[in-house]
Amino acid sequence: MAGGRRRKLHFSKIYSFKCGKASFKEDHSQIGGPGFSRVVHCNEPECFEAEIHNYTDNSVRSTKYTLATFLPKSLFEQFRRVANFYFLVSGVLAFTPLAPYSAVSAIAPLILVVGATMVKEGIEDWRRKRQDIEINNRKVKAHQQNGVFNYTEWKNLRVGDIVKVEKDEFFPADLLLLSSSYEDAVCYVETMNLDGETNLKLKQALEVTSGLHEDTDFRDFKAIVKCEDPNANLYSFVGSMDFEEQQYPLSPQQLLLRDSKLRNTDHIYGAVIFTGHDTKVIQNSTEPPSKRSKIERKMDKIIYLLFFILFVMAFVGSIFFGVYTKEDLHNGKMKRWYLRPDNSTIYFDPKRAPAAAVYHFLTAVMLYSYFIPISLYVSIEIVKVLQSIFINQDVHMYYEEADKPAHARTSNLNEELGQVDTILSDKTGTLTCNSMEFVKCSIAGTAYGRGVTEVERAIGRRKGSPLANGKGNGDDQFEQSADPKPSIKGFNFSDERIMNAHWVKEPRADVIQKFFRLLALCHTAIPEVDEETGKVSYEAESPDEAAFVIAAREIGFEFYKRTQTSISLHELDPVTGQKVERVYQLLNVLEFNSSRKRMSVIVRSEEGKLLLLCKGADSVMFERLSNSGLDFEENTVDHVHEYADAGLRTLILAYRELEEDEYRKFNEKFNEAKNLVSAERDSLIEEVMETVEKDLILLGATAVEDKLQNGVPDCIDKLAQAGIKIWVLTGDKMETAINIGFACSLLRQGMKQIIITLEAPDIQALEKAGGKTELRKITEGIALLRNSSGSSEAFALIIDGKSLAYALEDDVKDMFLQLALSCASVICCRSSPKQKALVTRLVKAGTGKTTLAIGDGANDVGMLQEADIGVGISGVEGMQAVMSSDIAIAQFRYLERLLLVHGHWCYRRISTMICYFFYKNIVFGFSLFLYETHTSFSAQPAYNDWFLSLFNVFFTSLPVIALGVFDQDVSARFCLKFPMLYQEGVQNMLFSWRRILGWMFNGFISAIIIFFLCTNALETQAFNNDGKVVGFEILGATMYTCIVWVVNLQMALAISYFTLIQHVFIWGSVAIWYLFLLAYGALSPTLSTTAYQVFIEALAPAPSFWLVTIFVMISALIPYFSFSAIQMRFFPMYHGMIQWIRHEGRTDDIEYCNMVRQRSLRPTTVGHTARLAAKSRRVQDGNHSR
Amino acid sequence: MSSTTVPSSSGAPGSADASAVRRNSKRPKYSKFTQQELPACKPILTPRWVISAFMLVSIVFIPIGVASLFASHDVVEIVYRYDLDCIPASNRSNRADKVQYIQTPGDKTCNKSLTVPKRMKPPIYVYYQLDNFYQNHRRYVKSRSDQQLRDASSEGEVSDCKPEDMLSNGSYIVPCGLIAWSLFNDTYSFSINSAQVNVNKKGISWKSDREHKFGKDVYPKNFQSGGLIGGAKLNSSIPLSEQEDLIVWMRTAALPTFRKLYGKIEHDLEENQVIQVSLGNNYNTYSFNGKKKLVLSTTSWLGGKNDFLGIAYLTVGGLCFFLAMAFTIVYLVKPRQLGDPSYLSWNRNPGWH
Repeated sequence: MAGGRRRKLHFSKIYSFKCGKASFKEDHSQIGGPGFSRVVHCNEPECFEAEIHNYTDNSVRSTKYTLATFLPKSLFEQFRRVANFYFLVSGVLAFTPLAPYSAVSAIAPLILVVGATMVKEGIEDWRRKRQDIEINNRKVKAHQQNGVFNYTEWKNLRVGDIVKVEKDEFFPADLLLLSSSYEDAVCYVETMNLDGETNLKLKQALEVTSGLHEDTDFRDFKAIVKCEDPNANLYSFVGSMDFEEQQYPLSPQQLLLRDSKLRNTDHIYGAVIFTGHDTKVIQNSTEPPSKRSKIERKMDKIIYLLFFILFVMAFVGSIFFGVYTKEDLHNGKMKRWYLRPDNSTIYFDPKRAPAAAVYHFLTAVMLYSYFIPISLYVSIEIVKVLQSIFINQDVHMYYEEADKPAHARTSNLNEELGQVDTILSDKTGTLTCNSMEFVKCSIAGTAYGRGVTEVERAIGRRKGSPLANGKGNGDDQFEQSADPKPSIKGFNFSDERIMNAHWVKEPRADVIQKFFRLLALCHTAIPEVDEETGKVSYEAESPDEAAFVIAAREIGFEFYKRTQTSISLHELDPVTGQKVERVYQLLNVLEFNSSRKRMSVIVRSEEGKLLLLCKGADSVMFERLSNSGLDFEENTVDHVHEYADAGLRTLILAYRELEEDEYRKFNEKFNEAKNLVSAERDSLIEEVMETVEKDLILLGATAVEDKLQNGVPDCIDKLAQAGIKIWVLTGDKMETAINIGFACSLLRQGMKQIIITLEAPDIQALEKAGGKTELRKITEGIALLRNSSGSSEAFALIIDGKSLAYALEDDVKDMFLQLALSCASVICCRSSPKQKALVTRLVKAGTGKTTLAIGDGANDVGMLQEADIGVGISGVEGMQAVMSSDIAIAQFRYLERLLLVHGHWCYRRISTMICYFFYKNIVFGFSLFLYETHTSFSAQPAYNDWFLSLFNVFFTSLPVIALGVFDQDVSARFCLKFPMLYQEGVQNMLFSWRRILGWMFNGFISAIIIFFLCTNALETQAFNNDGKVVGFEILGATMYTCIVWVVNLQMALAISYFTLIQHVFIWGSVAIWYLFLLAYGALSPTLSTTAYQVFIEALAPAPSFWLVTIFVMISALIPYFSFSAIQMRFFPMYHGMIQWIRHEGRTDDIEYCNMVRQRSLRPTTVGHTARLAAKSRRVQDGNHSR
Repeated sequence: MSSTTVPSSSGAPGSADASAVRRNSKRPKYSKFTQQELPACKPILTPRWVISAFMLVSIVFIPIGVASLFASHDVVEIVYRYDLDCIPASNRSNRADKVQYIQTPGDKTCNKSLTVPKRMKPPIYVYYQLDNFYQNHRRYVKSRSDQQLRDASSEGEVSDCKPEDMLSNGSYIVPCGLIAWSLFNDTYSFSINSAQVNVNKKGISWKSDREHKFGKDVYPKNFQSGGLIGGAKLNSSIPLSEQEDLIVWMRTAALPTFRKLYGKIEHDLEENQVIQVSLGNNYNTYSFNGKKKLVLSTTSWLGGKNDFLGIAYLTVGGLCFFLAMAFTIVYLVKPRQLGDPSYLSWNRNPGWH
């Protein structure tokens, strides 16, 4: 019965939405002109006129490459990197006689390296392709012929198709709404993916098409839509429809956008207007910016530094070479006659010594190319991919309920996760689940509700604090409330004094009755009665409104029917104890808006009493109370503060009985104002409302928990401990944002709040007068900060969207940033997606620190793309944020593990890895230089060609990859236990210039030690007992062996986590070198040239070879070993200290750990630790003053 | 290993069955590897480790050093620099004179007696040592043709050999290239009390070179017959694989000062015995101020005479011992509370919040 009625109910009359009818405005005159040329033949996409337009089909493509463009495009990408380009050039040069080594050996590693990267690119693009295919193959019902609707794939939709979209389905393209299952052709749309707003939007079709209710109605439906060309503007649509020889204007009210979702409506019919890449969503999506981590950018600088060193070395070598070459021929007399300087090519010609020197420079640049680690990029890519696999595989970041593991979508930002300085977080869906729960209330000065909020739970978990379970909310046992009950969405209230009709026995039962009746009446929700079970559910504009109605229902005031003029309840009669049906006449609804901060209804009860029921924010309600209603005001105020501190949203409920007379006067004025057609209409209405909403009698207060996601306060506390600043950027109302700030412990009582808003009426007036108030406010704020500097007082900045618009202007923004940075918490509310992105950019550019943005909705996309790292919450249905994020996690709380554990590890791994890379290449490259100084700078490499080219690829690459993938300074448990460790990344201590240069210096020292010791030990004398002396190939192989040993042992010293894998890789690399030497030496001398049998015949049998190797490798490590021994013992970094703790076995000694932690903790200003500290301070102060 | 997870089977996609959904769960499989919890040893440089590492190195190194030194001292070595001695006094004053002397054809034999300082047991290796001779110069190193040396049919592979690749009439030079062309041509003959001492010139080159790099059927051709004569000539009736002087010379030295094996004396040389050396001083090192030395040396298990390795081992061994002591003292004198956070740089700096 109810369903049938519901269908006939005209929602358009309850809500006062404005765009019910579009009229031909000036925009419409442009139709058909340039920019408005689209013509859609509805329901006849095959007809000739439709064909000639040839609009794109509905498939979307997000891949970077196609089969044809892959090769050229990805090659271009590869060689845009300086280092790769350099290797390409030197590879090409290697084919000329300039080359110091053979061309193949030079080009092979490059091909390997570039090839590997391209394969990776290809695989990533293939993944995107698969995602596209998945989306393109989704199914939707489309009109075939003769009123038959069949499922087709999204990609097959054409412009003009009629589709039928059912409840909770996404729209496959931009559709023109024709009709819906509702009589008046309205439908509810969730646009979460577009703008992140969770409230439902109402769309309504043109009246002329609203009658098309059945599939068969579309058999002969024909219409022509003329409209604007595809554009990115989500909120505008200009068009007209020719239907039955009449023209009707179209507005955004009729347009259903792709990626939004049909809600609360059984089905709709729509005509496809824009398809595929023409849709507004896709037009809106910008190419995701490719992000590079700070470390990689710094790495580029180091590579430039190495290039500089390389060129200096080559330059010096060339000068010497030129001089030596010139001297070879003097007045026709040859000096080094064995080089035949009299008959030479240009490269060695003494007569043209400067030219020879220039050519030599080129050769030398090629020779020293081993300074630049060719495999660095590819190794980093490999490492990062593997790191992201570990992130994806972490069971601790897997969200059971949604079956979502963490997903690192791009791998190039892993180490950036370890350096985050500021987190910019969205609120709804990120910090909160966007579900409201009624948890507590205060009625007639008595607090009810034993529910425990997330915040209280978090505080309670921190043991050793008597405050946590001190005076809660009037009850002293939290634990009892944890008894399992069938949970009702939106209701988490338990108090045996009220539940199950026990409220009748309470002393102020009358107030309680009024309280809940008010909740059941004062709202705009619509009930939906399940015909089978008789259960009622509600559709409300906002989840907190739903929570109130549900609460009322659960207590015994069931709202079950609404008509235009009445609200019907099932009520418990306190006298008889029976459920009775009561109908209230709904006279007026005084709507909510953000400046009024309250809403009222005027009803007439069955007894004929006129009641004004009002609920609103405490700031506006208390001043409207009548003096006679003050008897429990004080208690209520206390409770409200308590609730706010527990992170709850509070509303004050009050009522008043109206005299008939008074009401009549009001109603007249009200109607008069409503019917006014002028600019002052709204303010006039408000004025009228003001006149009745006064002298209210207080009933109590409600406390609704905007349910935080699991573990959010804990996570925020940990992140604060780690020294990460957290800003909240939300599109929500200021009060909501502040409440959540309290809930997350970003705000607390006693924090000085600097609120910058332009919404207050006085400021609006000022604004009209042209005063720049926000500037003044910011300056005031800064002054305030200056005054209080040194005191322990913490500041919080709360700014709303309008002010933000000014604050982000060029001349003010630095000041704004300065103010914001010195505040402990920053909350920006009512901010648009663009502002979110701008704030992110401001922080990023202004501080130069790493920013991380986290959000779940499409309105966060800009912010996610702008920030250094964008983290998308993949828990809820919206995929837009996830698609544009770099890393997707299912819950906010996983951020803790993502940053503190994975971020820290990845940062440490990558930075150590890069340092080590430079180290090993310097050892190798510099030894080449040292040798060259002994060949009169003739650019003769010390090693065989293939030794040279395989150094980076074979003998040293695997351990460094293992380091990058597996190394961990301390285990995950300790990372979380000592969040301060994270500061190593924020302050970039492991990749500071000092450390980098230190490693490079170490490389030079090692090279010198190796070269000096090898040449002196193997000098001129026989090196075995057979009298054989050391030739070029033996010295080369020995030095090379030493280098392989030294760099691998250095690796073993540098890592702090030795698993089997490390052992295999490190010792394996050394073994591979020996095996290679054997195998390569066994090849025919044509291939192996100087390495022919060198190991088996010369090196292995000679004891001096082994003695020299052992000696050199130990000696080359002594400097580093001593250094790190001293550092570890006397100047340990934070991770070193934790390693000590672990090593000393003091992890079991909780007291000791705490001591270390406490001493290393910085006093935080946000988070519940800070809140606890502040609270205990307050208590102490209180004790002192008494 | 992954006992906690349900094995993911290929459950029918789209099945509404709850258990099938479970089975398709994206839950990462638990394993110690994927969770990065592999058992590992996590070494840190504790005092005990540091001190014992240093001690161990010094304990190992010092004996090796001593042994190397002994080995080096066992070797008896006679080094005689003759490049100046073998030039008439009148030509010694400047380089031009020296060069002129060496380039003038004629017999340049000079005689010299050497005294054996200590008993030398055979085999006694005879080396020549050149100084300031850049056999490792890139132009020089590349100026050879390995194919030609190995294979008679590849006679024409002379592209790297310029300018010693072919004669002006177009016939190829075998062996081509600057290395072969500049073959060392001083000769030594030894006699004790007028009795000729035989110098064995077999087996002075690496076996692999003789057998695989220098062909048995490759004979010198047109060698040293161009306008400019570099060094020694070769007997064109002996295949390259038996021209051991050439083979030795062709293995280029790594550094500008080098020795090369000339031959072996397979006689005992007694202490204080006097050996007469007859030196054929033909090779021009004078234009580039190179020294020439004749070296007679025995070998030990470690090779020739060089104290460097022994001393280096002792030095590093000693250094490690010293470091071990130093660390011991420092650790004892200045123990510090572990995990003392006052060392942290960010705690020293009160400026940030």
